[in-house]
Amino acid sequence: MAARERILGWLYVSPLMLVLLPFFVAPILVVLATSFFQSDGFGGLIANPTLQNYVEIFTSGLTANLYAETIKFTILTWFFSLIIGFWVAYFLVFHVRSPLLAIGLFLLCTVPFWTSNIIRMISWIPLLGKEGLINMALLRIGAIHEPLEFLLFSGFAVVVAYVHQLTIFMIVPIFNAMARIDKRVVEAALDAGASRLDIMRMIILPLSKNGIALGSIFVVSIVMGDFFVIKVMSGGGSASVVGALYEDVGVLQYPSAAASAVVLTIVVTMLVALILRTVDVRKELTR
Amino acid sequence: MTAAQAVNVPAASTAVAAHAIAPRAGGRPWTFYVLSAVFVFYVAALYGPMICIYILSFQDVRGGLVFPMKGLSLHWFVDLFTQVRTGDVKGAFDRSVKLAVIVTIMTVVFSFLAGLAFRRRFAGDGIVFYLMIGSLVAPGLVLSLGVGLLMHFIGIEGTWYTSAVGAQLSWTLPFGVLVMFAVMSRFDRAWEEAAYDLGATRWQTIRMVVIPILAPGLVAVALFGFTLSYDEFARTLQTAGSLNTLPLEIWTMTLNVTSPSLYALGTVTTIISFLIIAICLGTIATMQKRRASRVPAH
Repeated sequence: MAARERILGWLYVSPLMLVLLPFFVAPILVVLATSFFQSDGFGGLIANPTLQNYVEIFTSGLTANLYAETIKFTILTWFFSLIIGFWVAYFLVFHVRSPLLAIGLFLLCTVPFWTSNIIRMISWIPLLGKEGLINMALLRIGAIHEPLEFLLFSGFAVVVAYVHQLTIFMIVPIFNAMARIDKRVVEAALDAGASRLDIMRMIILPLSKNGIALGSIFVVSIVMGDFFVIKVMSGGGSASVVGALYEDVGVLQYPSAAASAVVLTIVVTMLVALILRTVDVRKELTR
Repeated sequence: MTAAQAVNVPAASTAVAAHAIAPRAGGRPWTFYVLSAVFVFYVAALYGPMICIYILSFQDVRGGLVFPMKGLSLHWFVDLFTQVRTGDVKGAFDRSVKLAVIVTIMTVVFSFLAGLAFRRRFAGDGIVFYLMIGSLVAPGLVLSLGVGLLMHFIGIEGTWYTSAVGAQLSWTLPFGVLVMFAVMSRFDRAWEEAAYDLGATRWQTIRMVVIPILAPGLVAVALFGFTLSYDEFARTLQTAGSLNTLPLEIWTMTLNVTSPSLYALGTVTTIISFLIIAICLGTIATMQKRRASRVPAH
């Protein structure tokens, strides 16, 4: 019986594996192999094992800057999307009394997730630009006399665009975790004389921990692996790890691109593993 | 993960909770008003910018990238589909929709099967699960580069209907399976066992019991499959071959085109997205309603 179950299980996941093996496992291995090759300078590869690509990455001062910059944006985005996502989810689960309304408002938050990220990013241009709506409004009410320059094509714009795109990745898992909290626990705590701060600190926060961890995995891995938001929204002022990688690809330097891809993948994996230590993701997702 | 679960939030619990948090009859704690403001601000910031570019795309020939609105016309939409300088938008659009349809069908079928498998433990299930999570969190451009190099080594030219399909599936399938987890966790095995007891074969059970019960969830998976594929950028970048998909076209335009035709393209592609979302959510709602009306009165 057990053998039969196993065969059946593998039979059902075989199409999934037939995608993951050639399009996830194999590409990662190919990138790993390429990172030890040499480039002939014209897009060709010389299969002559070398550590040169890694030596260049770790001796270049640029690498540290790229990672510092990327991690700075990751932390800022994670922080703001967590704060906003947590309170939006909390509001929907605990403050909206009609369940139908809560579902409606929840869907309202999720709809933009199913539209183009690039379009959502460029849609900030008419708002944040030098002649954009925000500057115009501030000038009109006399709050400022010169248009604010830092709004668009700056680190500020990058964080705004990321938070705009990624807060949904916080809201959904935190909403799910909170919706599963047994409301009688909250009532019991109230009856036992707990303050609302106590309830937040001792019931809601610990029980939404898994949702927060799951959301953090999404946000951290997406920002670390992204380049087009930084490229467009910083106006070329900031660089990113993947941005530099893409430049390498553009000039056909595949081995050095592959080496920095390997380093990045290791860093992202370590960050995700760090978050996974706090939560059993599989239990959280499959129950 | 989203639509499917949201629809199933336990009905009574939210009301009880609100009562528990705000015990005074009818009274709302001050936090309600603060959080309402946060929520309204969030939704405004979510939709506001998008609405701005939809409005700005309807300017006439004098139009620029910022307000105020200059005239009112469909000039930039015509420009979008007729100008050479904006690239082959029509072709890109055509390819993106076809690609999304292929990816959607495969995502629904594969996720459904994987969902069936993950209902019980089987030897090696952890490996499959963590491969899937790995595929989900791996940087898109790294995978894209890997697939591109792999094709290069094998000596096959990548195209949007071969390598790009696979690269996109490595992104849409994990999402699809996660949605299936949420859907499956609410599926009662007793229905399936009842079918077996009545003499149904495994295939009959899946076709006549499991699929009809899970249908709304499968529509949700399709919604993820279509929209994630239709808007996918990083993984398609190195795998689509010589012909662009729509997101790649938009990406090129953000770097080269500084006219409202960029916004017009945004409006067109968002209309498609909204249509798909509306069709899927409408289908789910209709199914739920028909199901509710079919429950016999006790």
